[in-house]
Amino acid sequence: MTPHMLTRSLDRGATIFLLVVAALGVLIPLSNLLLPAGSFLQVQTYLVALWGKYVCYAILALAIDLIWGYCGILSLGHGAFFALGGYAMGMYLMRQIGTRGVYGNPILPDFMVFLNWQKLPWYWYGFDMFWFAALMVLFVPGLLAFCFGWLAFRSRVTGVYLSIITQAMTYALLLAFFRNDFGFGGNNGLTDFKDILGFNVQADGTRAALFALSCLALIIGFLICRAIVSSKLGKVLIAVRDAESRTRFLGYRVESYKLFVFTVSACMAGVAGALYVPQVGIINPSEFAPGNSIEAVIWVAVGGRGTLVGAALGAVVVNYAKTFFTSGVLAPYWLFMLGALFILVTLLLPKGIVGTFNAWWASSNEKRAAASVSAAAEDGVTEPKMAE
Amino acid sequence: MPAKLPARLCSLLLSLLLIAFALPALAGPFEDAVAKFANDDFSDTEEAVGAIASSGNKLAFPIISALQDGRLMADPDSKKVYVTGTDGKSIDAATGEAVDSVPDSASAVRLNNRLRRSVDAALGSLTLQSPDVGTRLQAAQSVFKSHEEGALEAVDAALAKETNKSVKAALGEARAAILLFKSDATEVEKLEAVAILKTRGDQEAMALLTGMGDQPASVTKAAASAISSIQSSLAVWSTVQNAWYGLSLGSVLLLAAIGLAITFGVMGVINMAHGEMVMIGAYTTFVVQEVIRTRYPGLFDYSLLIAVPLAFLVAGAIGVLIERSIIRFLYGRPLETLLATWGLSLVLQQAVRTMFGPTNREVGNPSWMSGAFELGQITITYNRLWILSFTLAVFAILLAMLRYSAIGLEMRAVTQNRRMAASMGIATSRVDALTFGLGSGIAGIAGVALSQIDNVSPNLGQSYIIDSFMVVVFGGVGNLWGTLVGAFTLGIANKFLEPVAGAVLGKIAILVLIILFIQKRPRGLFALKGRAVEA
Repeated sequence: MTPHMLTRSLDRGATIFLLVVAALGVLIPLSNLLLPAGSFLQVQTYLVALWGKYVCYAILALAIDLIWGYCGILSLGHGAFFALGGYAMGMYLMRQIGTRGVYGNPILPDFMVFLNWQKLPWYWYGFDMFWFAALMVLFVPGLLAFCFGWLAFRSRVTGVYLSIITQAMTYALLLAFFRNDFGFGGNNGLTDFKDILGFNVQADGTRAALFALSCLALIIGFLICRAIVSSKLGKVLIAVRDAESRTRFLGYRVESYKLFVFTVSACMAGVAGALYVPQVGIINPSEFAPGNSIEAVIWVAVGGRGTLVGAALGAVVVNYAKTFFTSGVLAPYWLFMLGALFILVTLLLPKGIVGTFNAWWASSNEKRAAASVSAAAEDGVTEPKMAE
Repeated sequence: MPAKLPARLCSLLLSLLLIAFALPALAGPFEDAVAKFANDDFSDTEEAVGAIASSGNKLAFPIISALQDGRLMADPDSKKVYVTGTDGKSIDAATGEAVDSVPDSASAVRLNNRLRRSVDAALGSLTLQSPDVGTRLQAAQSVFKSHEEGALEAVDAALAKETNKSVKAALGEARAAILLFKSDATEVEKLEAVAILKTRGDQEAMALLTGMGDQPASVTKAAASAISSIQSSLAVWSTVQNAWYGLSLGSVLLLAAIGLAITFGVMGVINMAHGEMVMIGAYTTFVVQEVIRTRYPGLFDYSLLIAVPLAFLVAGAIGVLIERSIIRFLYGRPLETLLATWGLSLVLQQAVRTMFGPTNREVGNPSWMSGAFELGQITITYNRLWILSFTLAVFAILLAMLRYSAIGLEMRAVTQNRRMAASMGIATSRVDALTFGLGSGIAGIAGVALSQIDNVSPNLGQSYIIDSFMVVVFGGVGNLWGTLVGAFTLGIANKFLEPVAGAVLGKIAILVLIILFIQKRPRGLFALKGRAVEA
């Protein structure tokens, strides 16, 4: 990524977004650690963890926007990549518990001792090393996405068929991870983590650092996505989204483009999951639930698909609303609201918040309109036309 | 019996005291045996059980069944024994006279495991001659299982009197089981017994043959050949059983998917709220049954017949409403439709949860749907059989409707070429609404049937939605026959995989196989060909 590519890929909205994320990534941890407890400006530790969770969701939303907004691939199984990344990190954290578990076994995690297993399954080897786990966070979701995408795109499974089989994929994984003999803690998943790279996961400092890291990952993820969509590759992706057959007839290998972007997106989702697990303190099979993946798609739709900034914003807004409503007296009505959000956004706000704002901004200023159109074409803000 | 004298005197005195005009108990062998229960000694109790079972007294059955249930009370002081009925009323075990209350000093006669076996055997032989055919059959089967030598006499006696064919056969098998284990039975008797068990040919017969212990060489040899013949017949039956289970699962899948085959397959609308239509049908059944229970209890057996059209109307009306208010704005945008209908499914689930509560609701089986019958070695439950026939009937009606009715013709016309159909004067938007309503209504009907075999809860639909999509995608979109074949293929494949891989792994394997299958044939088993594909 040359500096030239970087600057070209950033418009004003993106710059503002990056500055805000960077500022949050620095200020929230500092406020939490340096200001005295109880001070008005001090961000409490639980809020740091909560916002850390939102940032991870934002990374997941970016990953989905990259494939859905720019390449027209609606994956209803991205929660699976997120959860796989989370499990890879969870396995590292489990191995770090060592003898501090309930059964005090230096090698085997508690649930294996409980199941009377004598030795570590082969697929747990290496997870005591951070670098290996970190590699697996990228590799496992990436490999799954590569294999899955290779099979699906090559035989031209598109549109809703792809959506449905991605959903079946995450459902199959859900069933598998619920099994005890699968070796990932079954129903209870992985939890009771003690430390990460020698730091206590519960400590304020670690949480603050994890938050800052999540923000950094969001920034890097955003830059990667921007670089992809504003390059020539990105133009082909948009072409695939809008007229797949035509792009193929023009001589592009559509399936290779799709496979590339799908795999990148899965790796991003894996990273989001890996950052999510130490901050939440647990990973269990319910993360594979098809509902979670669809919910992640609606974050993108609310924020505005094909805008990247919107996806991240949508993830934060929807999840903030979720926290707000599910903790109050309105809790029984949250599902009504979420459901209504799905319906209303698709019916009334097909461009999402950011997309609508962009359109309004463009039309309100005639002088800027011409510039905005060319920028929009470049950024792919134009309303996506669904290719069948 | 001098030893018993004080006890008898005592009981005599007490009964005189308790019931002023009761006749003193006649000291017969039956009364002696009953009094033994009061000794609180396991071997005395066993003797008493044996004596009472062979006494032929009409009180024998109530006494021994009371002993089995812990309702036989013995008073160690007065040596009197009482039977407390399940209704709380008590009788004197020796005379059958009603008593006002059992004295506080009386306690239930204790049993141990060895005794429990003889109690079971005694009860078995007692009921062998019951006037009720079902009871006799059950008794013969329980003797077969226990194969206590002591029951042989009772079995022979019953066999001589028995006229019912199936009870007679069961008694013959019971006799064979006893003879096989009787040490002093002749070789000829034992060979006959082996032959009888071989014709019975089920798991239990095989268990008896494998566990019969030391036998003459000829018997062992006959048993070995019998075992291998049973084994091969069992293998055949287990295949038949798996096929039946598969058909049954397939019918459930077909029922859940058939409405989807209309909305997704024919209209191309991804309705993620399809499962909720099924749920609404199930809750309609619940409401119908509630009303019948409180107002017209006599109509309970007809509740499903009433629920089917109602569920169709309710779910169908909701379907039309959804189509008019949401779906019609999203034609040509399948991914958006998917999201909007998913949101709708959340709303519907939560609405039902708010109205009916989050817990499972009880929906009863009408009498004609409960129970089962035996077909060879497999048990077929009536509700599964009904659901299978019902599913096929719904399928046939739907197919006929699309093929022969005017609205069916319009539906096919609109889905094949919308603009041409509109030019020919078909009100396409009305047809869209009706088609969607039809698909939803059929989902509602599916809910009525599924309420009979599944928990009726707000999450009912969720468990079917992925399976239904798999069926439609596997079978091929836009083709009802594909859905039929897809549903039964998946159902049967699932049930044949289950014994090998386990229920969950079997299901995962099916999902993976479908994903791989779609790679090979992206448009399903029976794909539409021609220009419609890219439309």
